[in-house]
Amino acid sequence: MSDITLSLAQIVGEQYVSNKAEEAYFYARDPGLMPAHKPDYVVVPETVEEVQKIVRLASKKKMPIVPMGAGMSLTGLTIPLKGGIVIDMKRMNKVLEVHEKARYVIVEGGTSHGLLKACLEKNYPRLRHSVPDSPATSTIAANVMIHGQGRLTQQYGFNSDMVAGLEVVLPSGELCKIGSCSLSPEWFSKGAPLPDLSGLFLGWFGATGIITKVALKLYPRKKMRDVEIFVTDREDLVPDMVYELTHTEMVEDINIFAQPLPVIFKDNHHITLFITGDTDEELEFKRKMIWDSLDGFIKSKDGGFMSLPPVMKPTLLEMPQRSVSRFADVRKGGGFEYSGPIIAVEKYPECSRKIMELASQYDLAYSAMARIIGRSHCMMFGFAFTFNRADPDMMERTRKALQEVAEFALAAGGVYWKPTVDEQRMAIERMDPNTRNLMKMIKTNLDPQGIMNPGNWEVH
Amino acid sequence: MEVGLHIPFSAKTEFLRHDYFSMDKKKASGLPIGGTMYRLTFDENLCKTCPTCDCLVKCQYMDLKVDEAKEEMIKIINGDDSFVLQDCITCYGCEEYCTRGNHPFYLITERREEKGILTAPRAITKQWVNIGEQRGKYKLGDIKQKILSFGFVPELLELVQGRLFDDVMPSYVFGQEFFCNVVYIHFANTSIIKERLPLIIDNFRKLGVQEVVCMHDECYGAFTSLAPAYGMEVPFKPIHYFEYLYNRLKELGDEVRPLNIKVAYQRPCSSRLSPDKHHFVGDIMELIGVDLVEREYQAENALCCGDVLGMIYGYDLKNDVQKRNIDDMVEHGAEYCVFNCPVCQNALAAKITKKAIKPIHIIDLCRMAIGEK
Repeated sequence: MSDITLSLAQIVGEQYVSNKAEEAYFYARDPGLMPAHKPDYVVVPETVEEVQKIVRLASKKKMPIVPMGAGMSLTGLTIPLKGGIVIDMKRMNKVLEVHEKARYVIVEGGTSHGLLKACLEKNYPRLRHSVPDSPATSTIAANVMIHGQGRLTQQYGFNSDMVAGLEVVLPSGELCKIGSCSLSPEWFSKGAPLPDLSGLFLGWFGATGIITKVALKLYPRKKMRDVEIFVTDREDLVPDMVYELTHTEMVEDINIFAQPLPVIFKDNHHITLFITGDTDEELEFKRKMIWDSLDGFIKSKDGGFMSLPPVMKPTLLEMPQRSVSRFADVRKGGGFEYSGPIIAVEKYPECSRKIMELASQYDLAYSAMARIIGRSHCMMFGFAFTFNRADPDMMERTRKALQEVAEFALAAGGVYWKPTVDEQRMAIERMDPNTRNLMKMIKTNLDPQGIMNPGNWEVH
Repeated sequence: MEVGLHIPFSAKTEFLRHDYFSMDKKKASGLPIGGTMYRLTFDENLCKTCPTCDCLVKCQYMDLKVDEAKEEMIKIINGDDSFVLQDCITCYGCEEYCTRGNHPFYLITERREEKGILTAPRAITKQWVNIGEQRGKYKLGDIKQKILSFGFVPELLELVQGRLFDDVMPSYVFGQEFFCNVVYIHFANTSIIKERLPLIIDNFRKLGVQEVVCMHDECYGAFTSLAPAYGMEVPFKPIHYFEYLYNRLKELGDEVRPLNIKVAYQRPCSSRLSPDKHHFVGDIMELIGVDLVEREYQAENALCCGDVLGMIYGYDLKNDVQKRNIDDMVEHGAEYCVFNCPVCQNALAAKITKKAIKPIHIIDLCRMAIGEK
């Protein structure tokens, strides 16, 4: 056993450390297209103190550290680009406190969305959180770290906007509380009325610290939930339709999808609207408001509500939606990756035309999927392609298509969401120089040795 | 000895797939597809000399007196503009109201298409046209000379079970290759019907079947109303499934037990294409001891389920029609609402359940009467 393996074993116990080829293989990759790179060690801590000790050890040895939730970013954010130690957070999976009346929860840094959802449904049926459409094993801390989105994003913004406090292990190994919890027993705010320091960590992909606790805002969970789909063949009208819908403030979530298969979806754009209510009257009132808001488009024959047979609804109402993973195997071989820039809703028509152009150019199966963020403040537009992992040529075509998406997104005024290291580089180059310098100052001061998830958000 | 075709499944698949590909080739060649030759048979004189103009006067969604109705029909016949072409909600009712055997609704549909007057939003129309396209993914049972046609209604695959169907099943067809395409008259698109319906009829012909029990009355209407109206030959005998059910229940005799319940019947738009079969609803209810409530919106006055109205016209019309219909069921003490069309059932089931009325398809109701439900 090497010195470092021994030291890590002393911290977490022998069975939670590995430098074996089997673990190195799995922790070297994610389900996306980024090239694999093996870690030297994998360690699975159970406590905050263990995380601190691991960070201190790595700091002493000047060894890279990559914190990891479920490893499902698809863009290689937990691939240890320079080797070192992958810290798998999944054993830190407890729901610590639920503050029912103040509507927030405190969870450990490796707690999954599935676990929190189950916990709330069982014990707090009037509370919910913003569930993303990633697999249920994806973790809350990683999701807010990448500014994920979920079912409540149209109402309350990015999932990171719903953070109410953080506990972070700094690159020095010190433990730091962020938000109201830094001077109060209550975790009701990540910043206000104090200086908001959460931005030193959220969006940094672990390059400035490791989140060991998250307080997350919870929201009212209504008894009933329903879904409608408004269909249009005019992509240029989608932004106007979304504008009208968001004006009603009656919609829980707005997703838009367009894909050629199955044929029922061919040639059209589908604005999927979710509504909730505690009574039939509430639900119907909202439904009428929503339908009426689009009445002008129905009258001009530019769009209409499709008939949704009851058999389709359970699939659409699932949280998270498994249809995303079914799409991942359209071409068999289980490959799926998407680029999801955050971009103005007005750019929907351009994005939509671009994905069709790329799918045709590179002969790829595609799905366009957009999630409205806030009251039409912006959207995540997912350029999703599926590929066969046993077909290197198809994988290469997918890479090329995604590279073109990256260039297109920046040119169209978009900002990368959970960018690959190449996209991070492109973003940094294009960024306002003073912003770039500020990022450099933050990174250098917090992580002077550059051991935290190196390769990510590196400003040279 | 049983007489049947017993075509191996794979052979049947190729058999029909050939037709599918040949249609593709025709499209690729740019040559006109057979449908263009079909013309609607419509006797203008019958219409011009009609003393009642019931087709429009009886319409439940427009308010016209006889003189005005005649005037508008003449405009429509002459290819002139008429508000009817804008306001018709496509309930199919006028096909039944016309007592002279003409086809007012098909004519309205033709004229709308000629003038480019859309009924539904374009995207909805595209969606439905895409759904019905033949894709070689049909299902065939053990084909005999008599078959059940499920068209392309997936709910029928679940509904059609038990002793009622013992004498025909598993002789059945399902899929777009056997989808009558009548629904496109809702979308003022007769071109697609003229293009596809002959191919559908040909698919049945290739199976060599003699009798087709149509498990949806849109399918029956396609072969007994629409196809003849356009001069398409139908090389088999279509049988309405109501008639089939009625005869089977008679055959089962003592096994049928009276249900002693009060029901409302939701008559679908497609039933207007075969009004001569509507009496079987009452006949079946009588056989199985069911009290069919006498309500306002029944028989000729039946209201649309609202599904198409929502897609085409939005919230208010859909909900107004549904509310009037359901209130009528409640007022007349219906315990069950009996459906003929699964789409109507999907559209109304949740709402009538909230009014303590149980939704049930007529097949399930008949199965209840023989102790299978």
